[in-house]
Amino acid sequence: MSGHAGEPFAELPVAPKPRLRRFHQARWDEPIIFEQSRPGRRGIAVPAPGVPAVELPDTVRRAEPPRLPEMSQLHVLRHYVRLSQENLGVDQAIAVGQGTCTMKYSPKVNDRFVTDPKVAELHPLQPDDTVQGVLEIYWRLERMLAEISGMHRVSLQPASGSAAIYANIAMIRAYHASRGEGERRDQVITTMFSHPSNAACAKTAGYEVITLMPDENGYPDIEALRAAVGPRTAALMITNPEDTGIFNPRIAEFVALVHEAGGLACYDQANANGLLGVTRAADAGFDLCHFNLHKTFSTPHACGGPAAGASGVSEALAPFLPGPTVEFDGSRYHLDADRPLSVGKMRPFLGVTPNVVRAYAWIMALGAAGLREVAETAVLNNNYLMHKVLQIKGASAPWGRNRLEQVRYSWQELSEETGVHSEEIGVRAADFGVHYWTSHHPYVVPEPFTLEPTESYSKEDLDEYAAILEHVADEARRDPGLVKGAPYNQTIHRIDPSSLDDPGRWSPTWRAYTRKHLS
Amino acid sequence: MTTDRPDPSRTAAGRPGSSRAAGGAGDPGRAARPGPPGGAAFTVGLIVNPVAGIGGPAGLKGSDGAGVQLEALARGASPRAGERAALAVRALLARRPDTRIVTVAGPMGEDSVRAAGGVPELVRQAPGDPSSSRDTTAAVEAMRDVDLLLFAGGDGTARDVLDGSPSCPVLGVPAGVKVYSGCFAVSPAAAGTTAAEFGRDAGRAGSTGSPGGTGGTGSTLAAEVVDLDEDAYRCGRVSPLLYGTLRVPAARARLSGRKVGSSAAAPGSAEAIAREVAARMRPGIRYVLGPGATTMAVGRLLGLATTLLGVDVVQDGELVAADVTERRLLGLVDGHETCAVLSVIGGQGFVLGRGNQQIGPAVLKKIMASGGLLVLATQQKLAGLGGRPLLADTGDPEADALVAGHVSVITGHRESAVYRIRPATEEFPA
Repeated sequence: MSGHAGEPFAELPVAPKPRLRRFHQARWDEPIIFEQSRPGRRGIAVPAPGVPAVELPDTVRRAEPPRLPEMSQLHVLRHYVRLSQENLGVDQAIAVGQGTCTMKYSPKVNDRFVTDPKVAELHPLQPDDTVQGVLEIYWRLERMLAEISGMHRVSLQPASGSAAIYANIAMIRAYHASRGEGERRDQVITTMFSHPSNAACAKTAGYEVITLMPDENGYPDIEALRAAVGPRTAALMITNPEDTGIFNPRIAEFVALVHEAGGLACYDQANANGLLGVTRAADAGFDLCHFNLHKTFSTPHACGGPAAGASGVSEALAPFLPGPTVEFDGSRYHLDADRPLSVGKMRPFLGVTPNVVRAYAWIMALGAAGLREVAETAVLNNNYLMHKVLQIKGASAPWGRNRLEQVRYSWQELSEETGVHSEEIGVRAADFGVHYWTSHHPYVVPEPFTLEPTESYSKEDLDEYAAILEHVADEARRDPGLVKGAPYNQTIHRIDPSSLDDPGRWSPTWRAYTRKHLS
Repeated sequence: MTTDRPDPSRTAAGRPGSSRAAGGAGDPGRAARPGPPGGAAFTVGLIVNPVAGIGGPAGLKGSDGAGVQLEALARGASPRAGERAALAVRALLARRPDTRIVTVAGPMGEDSVRAAGGVPELVRQAPGDPSSSRDTTAAVEAMRDVDLLLFAGGDGTARDVLDGSPSCPVLGVPAGVKVYSGCFAVSPAAAGTTAAEFGRDAGRAGSTGSPGGTGGTGSTLAAEVVDLDEDAYRCGRVSPLLYGTLRVPAARARLSGRKVGSSAAAPGSAEAIAREVAARMRPGIRYVLGPGATTMAVGRLLGLATTLLGVDVVQDGELVAADVTERRLLGLVDGHETCAVLSVIGGQGFVLGRGNQQIGPAVLKKIMASGGLLVLATQQKLAGLGGRPLLADTGDPEADALVAGHVSVITGHRESAVYRIRPATEEFPA
């Protein structure tokens, strides 16, 4: 090849690569799949069954066919590949920006186990004798999580972290009811920086929720706890370290105060990634705890479900576990549904079996020493990233550097100087191919952003992420309008979030969309 | 007190427009001006709006205008701004006894300085009787060369100070009915302490004080001056306007911060809080509803014609009295088990002493001896305090101390938070 003047390109100087990665998100302007449906189009021509048709009773027959999209296989595949390209996730981005969510690598080898017909083709109603293998996995994972938390028993039935928290509040309610104190103990205490699902689940279960605000050092105010506990206290539901990444060193005192009042202590272990093999819920005196298998134990977050949760309890609470439970008599595994004090099923059947298999495989691959190394690496990565972030002018970490696996930072200084807000910095960061999250609402830390680098990311990844933040902060000073106008390299610009608070406009399904907006 | 004070009989003899207390003729003073051994003098100007806050206990929601002030006096209110200014001066002199205080004769400052045991230097200004906005503005103009200007008043006074275009940093001593502006300290004592620390680094490089000031001072930040149309406010329309900014000492923990409105709260949050309050109400107990949109929602839920900005009393689903004065309220709570239902001033954290001066020290003591407080705020409002405590500032430290500790704050239906509350007069870390 040659250039315009007939000279080879090889002689032209090559521009150096920019400091930051060049990135542009795929943009397909893809209609939703229902809008692509064409009558009569088929993906598979299903052969006739070859057996006589049986007339079904009207009670189980549809009045009209399901309104599924009619498409060819290619168009279905293309649709979902396009959607996957319009996404930022762990598999293609440096996903350290979704603090509290522990966005770690989900090993692909574990997907092979769950797509194996031995798992994928199980029927949930098979007799116990025919599913001894999967029951063994449930049993063994339960024992591992019991060992990790120090708890007596663990239920793997909850389909998410929040479902596990709900299972815990249901057990708390059943426990107090069994002692004749169910009506009197109508308050649950939580903290502002605990995972919000604790307050939400307690409220959903009918409890009055009391929230402890942080003290001047960022810890939940223990004097406020003293003022809050009493004969109406059903439980303390608390995360530690909290979503700030600050570990509460007085947690055992918190537990003791609640126990003295006759309440139970429930440990939200959504932020357990820095604790594996280091400390255990039971050692601090907790009665219940939960894990998110999709956070700490590597299973996919699954975009809202199905994830998987685990509820752990002390021996005193074990009779209240959701059921049926998986039991082992020394030679065979079976389901035990004869548990009169159980709070019942959290979902149909055993649980989210694919994620149980993935978590089991992940723990088996690491072993006990490996789990502790996970925690140590996650904390080390967090401290390295914190060191880099706090070198950026305008960034700060309220309450100091004493953090475990994540940090809730603040752009307050930068925002006061430039008028650029944290959300806008996050949107601009997406132009460089990374995701970024602020905080739960309401914001306690002004102009917050929460980073959790987990054990999955390399030094180079963390350097790149910090360099992007530094670049955007510099842009905010030089040209705030540039940051405020972002994104420029994304699939879409910005959405109007007001509909998220308006049930009249929500459309979580096509059916809801057609009812609310097309009818 | 120190003995190295200037002669108290001296008055300002400065040039027009920049007259100030001077230590002598010519450039007097710099050399002759006394100061701490080895340090430069720190000069503070003090302007008191003597009638600030007088309308609060009288249920008048403000004190602007001679007619309102006369009505307040008729309703039994008494001036308190001078007393609060004296508290600030006392705190200032306790930490920095060498401070020179330049002020206006009589109730616009001189009386407060003397009450605090200080020795005032007077500017050449004869304030009207009664004093007016013009006197405040003129006093600002007469204090061009001070290092820091303290003024005692409310939002209206802050506007007058702004109109005077002060050439140095200023700090408000809260003494008004409404103190929504961000240029005020949380209490008179906090104002005095902040002023003393502002001048602590006198003589050091990097002074941000006025060119004419002799003392170096600390860093400053811009604080917003906001005010309401009081006539519209009395009709229940709250429409604060931003008038400008003043430079204030950068002592965030001791500044009250500008009031943040509730408009950003999630829809329905006031109604959810009101439902919880209604559920907690018990027969036979009197409930004093303080001002605010959240307490107004309580009245609305009960189907009662309570007021947005006044203090109302309800009992057993009936409106006992609406928009009461401090004097009347004292009679209404006497002999009754009473609970006060109070909202929090967003961004500031005040529960008592701002906009609800009708619940004065005597009323508060009776309430704390019977039904106590129900405090209302959204979680968002508590989060917006940035960890600062809730505050009580009735003007009587003994009464304020009764509420100190932790208080249950209703944040929604069957939702509450436990939050620290303390007297605003307590010492605050900078």
